[in-house]
Amino acid sequence: MIPASFDYVAPTTVEEALAALAQYGDEAKVIAGGQSLLPVLRMRLNAPEWVIDLGRIDSLRGIRDEGDSILVGATTRHSDVATDPLVAEHAALVARATATVADAQVRHRGTFGGALAHADPAGDLGAPALALDAEFVIAGPGGERVVPGSEFFQGLFETAVSEDELLTGVRIPKHTGWTAHYEKFVRVAHQWPICAVGATLKVSGGVIEGAAIGLTNMGSTPLRAAGVEQALVGQQASEEVVRNAAALAADGVEPPSDLNGDADYRRHLVTVLTRRAITKALGASWT
Amino acid sequence: MTAVEARPDNATEIGRDRRRKEDARLITGRTRWTDNINLPGMLHLAMVRSPFAHANITGIDTSAAESSEGVVAVLSAKDFDESLGACINAWPITPDQKTPDHPPIAGDRVSFAGEIVAVVAARSAAAARDAAEMVEVDYEELPAVVSLEEAVKDEVLAHPDLGTNKSALWVFDSAQAGTGGSVDDAISTARQDGIVIERTYRQQRLIPAFMEPRSVVCDPTGEQITVWSATQIPHILRFALAATTGVPESKIRVIAPDVGGGFGGKLQQTPEEMLVFAMARRLGKPVKYTETRSESLMAAHHGRDQIQKLTLSATKDGQVTGLKVELDANLGAYVAIVGGGVPVLGAFMFNAIYKFPAYQFNCQTVLTNTAWTDAYRGAGRPEATYAIERLMDELAVEVGVDPLEIREKNWINHEEFPFTTVAGLTYDSGDYATATAKAKEMFGYDELRREQAERRANNDPVQLGIGVSTFTEMCGLAPSRVLGSLDYGAGGWEHAQVRLTPTGKVEVITGASAHGQGHETAFSQIVADRLGVPFEDVEVLHGDTQIAAKGYDTYGSRSLVVGGEALVRAADKVLEKAKPIAAHLLEASVEDLEFTGGKWTVKGTDQGMSIGELSTAVFAAHNLPDGVEANLDSEATFDPENFNFPHGTHLCAMEVDTETGQVKMRKYVCCDDIGNIINPLIVAGQVHGGLVQGIAQALWEDAVYDDAGTLVSGSFVDYLLPTAADTISFDIDHTTSPSTTNTLGTKGVGEAGTIASTPAVVNAIVDALRPMGVNDVAMPCTPERVWRAINEGSAGGGTTDAAAPHFDPSTGMSGTADRPEGDVQ
Repeated sequence: MIPASFDYVAPTTVEEALAALAQYGDEAKVIAGGQSLLPVLRMRLNAPEWVIDLGRIDSLRGIRDEGDSILVGATTRHSDVATDPLVAEHAALVARATATVADAQVRHRGTFGGALAHADPAGDLGAPALALDAEFVIAGPGGERVVPGSEFFQGLFETAVSEDELLTGVRIPKHTGWTAHYEKFVRVAHQWPICAVGATLKVSGGVIEGAAIGLTNMGSTPLRAAGVEQALVGQQASEEVVRNAAALAADGVEPPSDLNGDADYRRHLVTVLTRRAITKALGASWT
Repeated sequence: MTAVEARPDNATEIGRDRRRKEDARLITGRTRWTDNINLPGMLHLAMVRSPFAHANITGIDTSAAESSEGVVAVLSAKDFDESLGACINAWPITPDQKTPDHPPIAGDRVSFAGEIVAVVAARSAAAARDAAEMVEVDYEELPAVVSLEEAVKDEVLAHPDLGTNKSALWVFDSAQAGTGGSVDDAISTARQDGIVIERTYRQQRLIPAFMEPRSVVCDPTGEQITVWSATQIPHILRFALAATTGVPESKIRVIAPDVGGGFGGKLQQTPEEMLVFAMARRLGKPVKYTETRSESLMAAHHGRDQIQKLTLSATKDGQVTGLKVELDANLGAYVAIVGGGVPVLGAFMFNAIYKFPAYQFNCQTVLTNTAWTDAYRGAGRPEATYAIERLMDELAVEVGVDPLEIREKNWINHEEFPFTTVAGLTYDSGDYATATAKAKEMFGYDELRREQAERRANNDPVQLGIGVSTFTEMCGLAPSRVLGSLDYGAGGWEHAQVRLTPTGKVEVITGASAHGQGHETAFSQIVADRLGVPFEDVEVLHGDTQIAAKGYDTYGSRSLVVGGEALVRAADKVLEKAKPIAAHLLEASVEDLEFTGGKWTVKGTDQGMSIGELSTAVFAAHNLPDGVEANLDSEATFDPENFNFPHGTHLCAMEVDTETGQVKMRKYVCCDDIGNIINPLIVAGQVHGGLVQGIAQALWEDAVYDDAGTLVSGSFVDYLLPTAADTISFDIDHTTSPSTTNTLGTKGVGEAGTIASTPAVVNAIVDALRPMGVNDVAMPCTPERVWRAINEGSAGGGTTDAAAPHFDPSTGMSGTADRPEGDVQ
């Protein structure tokens, strides 16, 4: 488990990092926490000539209040996101999902932006970010641009971030007062989810005023269950409403088949997990 | 005179839950594992391994690798002669067994993905790894046979030159052996007027997955060639090195330093060890090789992989009358050191604790283009126990009684011990009823059955199942005579030596070779009690063939029951030698001496001497009786007359989510009878760890190959090992039926939990789903399989033979790591 040799640079500003990217281009890989890149290097699945370490760029780390939204810096560690009071108050679904990522050691190394930029459809953060209408802040040679989740995730391990760009942060519109639950289905705790569903709801007087549902590992990108959301919004929260809405969760999904389950099984599973995620987000006593 | 603290009259070490004295150095990393050994001028090896399961090698170009920085040598099979040695099969189970030659490095043809085709020596491990990727190997791919079902057809051959994949057919028949009746008669009678249960169970392939990957260092520069290896078997390795390379055994020293787990996976003489030995000798320098985890999963031996076709006959009221086992066992590409013998170890255990009047066992071992299989915790006995404990549940259902009731109806009663079974073994002691009663009480059996009935009545989406496993096993390998009668190529005795230093400290040398078991603590407790010295004064030495010159190492739950008894006998010989000296020094006659509390005293006086005082006196040798030598050190070799038969009742409650197929353990209780216990804390560790390993077979672990013979579960992303987060706290207790074949009355505990727990878990899952018409779920019981069993009535069938990519979209990470891609011609 010895990586091929590489050169290493650790810029202290985003500008320096972009300059390094411009200089080394496709010879370089960016490392934040190393959650995914380190296994790749150690198993020699990739042998970049340069590794650009973002760990010393202070401006990329931390969570701040931007009025209508919160901004999570790209290299903020999962353990910090999961316990951050701003996230808990305004993006409860992100807090819930982040707390389930891998195991404690990984959560103390891995970063929010790194995991999203890696874009593994089985990653736990994509579906919640998508469901909360997060915007992805991307810095490049031409300055900064912001893309919505629907454009950010382009395919299996593919995002809108091009080779000369960096994801610097994720802006999450405040969902203050929304309840949330992330229902993750695994065989062992440290595994990637076989399927997971993030549900966050705004309920007032028993009526569901807002619903956002994200699906993990049900296609080549994180997905949003728009049909389920539509079936919920405006309805009185009841077991029947939830059950009927959740039954729509498998519409249009194209889940993978692997050792942990084939596509048909996952299509079934997602409806059960969606129902449970919504029910738990509602704090309802029915199951 | 040295003051040696006298022991109280009653020995107090045995039975005490001492913390393990070895743990501080093992846990803090103060010890040196093999990979931490660095010698002056040492070179590092990297292996080039075949990515193909079956291929002819048509060319190997090492030129680029040779010119890579830091590289000293790049060699392939053609560069070695017969002094390289070979990997041995020490247990040919039949005289006509087909045993393919097993060279440490493949020459013209590779037989499984992961087989070594070239070896690189370089000045650093990184340089060796870099150069290994530059070795260009041309392969001509051949059809590969992977599964047992395909291999037995003999259409595609793993080794074309052998003409068949069938290695050996081993049969035991109770009518022939005179230990019982004809099983075919029993089955045909039951077909007329009784119950016949026919089932096929699969024991999926498992990977031992020890914590410390295998590592070997060889220093050829001394008068003896010294080999350090992360192995369970330093003595057997030394023998195999000498026997196959021509180097005299007296010129080889093998050291197993602290070893980080084995579970049978380091009970092997490996190609890597042979290559390290050869390369060190050839280059005249110390050489090291440490495998990566990917290599370990791919090319260290695997376990299980059997298909069991079972027929059980019984009377209508559930009295068993016969058991027929037709078993196919996947050996992999070669017959490993005891590979063929593993299923034979199960042959005597299918009848378990039950009084079968007729029994037949047929085992066909089969070669395939996969990593070879060999011992894995339990080795043959978990497979047998699974089969019979699943069948007994099926019989209970057929008869319509509780699974414990059908067992009680058929088990050997306490007063019937010693009992000779239909497989010809004599169980020395046991008490199944008492263990079961205790386990039931701990479990709250009746209450959980009530809850199960309620959930069924309410049609609860989460159903509850209760699984039973009243296991026994044979362990403590030994006895040499029996092993000989089974054509096993070695003995099974164990050796021990007890030495006294001038200051009264005790050095204990054992031929057992611990790799995490806690021998140093348990053996110190035994000797402290026996000699009446403080626990702290006992030092246990092991794992170095120049210190522990004789031994048969550690596997098969043998260290305590065989090695511990050798130790007792050696200690007793010390006391025998000491007694006349004590009498002489105390100016008393031998008849007037008594040994209590670690002291010889003259009866009726307060005069006495401890063993420490005596050892100092013997060291000075100023005043010894005439003709007595100045030496208290003693040794003993113990070869028991029988195996050792732990047993226990395990009860497991599983909740099954019928909507998703997810299973969750609710409660696990076991009451094991392992005879007298030396250290309850070590026993608890063995039981808890063993249980998890058996539960993992039921629920999680599965070494999956695709049709081409690539290991799909080639990393811990896809080979699912449980962690503490996935298990619950188990309730364990014991009954005590001391073994009669060793004086300590102990029985082995290293494998018991693993042997017992797998069927308890699967029985619980199937029990939960019985009302839905389910009578089997294939292992591992994944949520998908359970869900399909509920919805399709099948046992769940196979899973998709593909791993999810998590790190790279084009290659994934399974089965392709750490080896260069070969060119297909």
